[in-house]
Amino acid sequence: MARTDVQLMLDVKAGDEQSFALLLHRYRTPLVNFLYRMVRNREQAEDLAQEVFIRVYRARADYVPSAKFTTWLFRIATNLALNSVRDTRHQRMEVSLDAPVKVDSEEGDERPLDVAEKNPNIEEHLVQEAQRDMIRHAIDKLPEKQRAAVLLHKYQDLDYGEISKILSCSESALKSLLFRAYETLRVELAPLVALRAKS
Amino acid sequence: MSCTRMESRLLGYIDGRLKEKEQREMEKHLAACPACTVRVNEFRSVSSLLDELPQIEPSAAFDVRVRARIAAEPVKQNWWSWLGAAPRVLVAASMLLLATVWVGHRPADSNNVASSSGDETQIMQDQDLPVLENYDVLANFEPLTELPEPVSADESTEQDM
Repeated sequence: MARTDVQLMLDVKAGDEQSFALLLHRYRTPLVNFLYRMVRNREQAEDLAQEVFIRVYRARADYVPSAKFTTWLFRIATNLALNSVRDTRHQRMEVSLDAPVKVDSEEGDERPLDVAEKNPNIEEHLVQEAQRDMIRHAIDKLPEKQRAAVLLHKYQDLDYGEISKILSCSESALKSLLFRAYETLRVELAPLVALRAKS
Repeated sequence: MSCTRMESRLLGYIDGRLKEKEQREMEKHLAACPACTVRVNEFRSVSSLLDELPQIEPSAAFDVRVRARIAAEPVKQNWWSWLGAAPRVLVAASMLLLATVWVGHRPADSNNVASSSGDETQIMQDQDLPVLENYDVLANFEPLTELPEPVSADESTEQDM
């Protein structure tokens, strides 16, 4: 039977480096994805995810399983992401004055896109990619805290109690935050929703 | 239930996270409120759209970088674990401490004991010292024999009288 996150973390505290490698393997993809969707830059997302793991490792000696491991992990990640977004906001605004914001493709620059090979129907692929960009852009436009709430709720399968602890707010405040975020997304994505309803 | 109150439960309803009672209240409200029903359907559509975003995989170098940074982390050890990790240091430190204590508490007047007590053993040791090696020569040293005999205490009293 697989060891729980808390068991692994307690083993790390006792000096078992292998348990840390297991935690790294278990959470590197969800963390990088969460951070990528927060900061919209793959390299920066990986740097931040590394920082999260380093902070967890540094705190191992003082670790007390008072809350779920994921709550702690994503709390560190969210704080780092929010700080990063706030730090780079000015820089991003300057860029947007000169050129349209270029959002990294989900496929990533590092992996070459062989459209013809992967998707026989190029037109269909381009439409699909345009729609994904529209969704990404809608998420991007949300205020940082609403964005974090939506990403944690939608992609990390965390319950309201956990998300409210991560975002340091009450559960009722979180529900209100999520409602406003989904309302904004509903308006932003209305054309796409209508398109899907027709087809 | 009012539309405003429903707002806080709307996502919970879509996620299936409401309690049984809340779920029943929500369904009752939706049956009577077309506007809220439309909103629920639209929120469901938005949720489905969000599902369409693919995941990215961390780069191949990600794990390597994390492990390298962890390897570069300074090793944190407390005082006792440091001693445990270096038993020879512990033994050496203990011996040094004992030696310091012994030197510090050694009797300060030990050199005077023999002369004051007349301990034979101490005299023997003193005779072994190099300065007294020629004791016999000094005892028979001619100029010394020419000195007047030492005056005893009784004789000096009689002379005074």
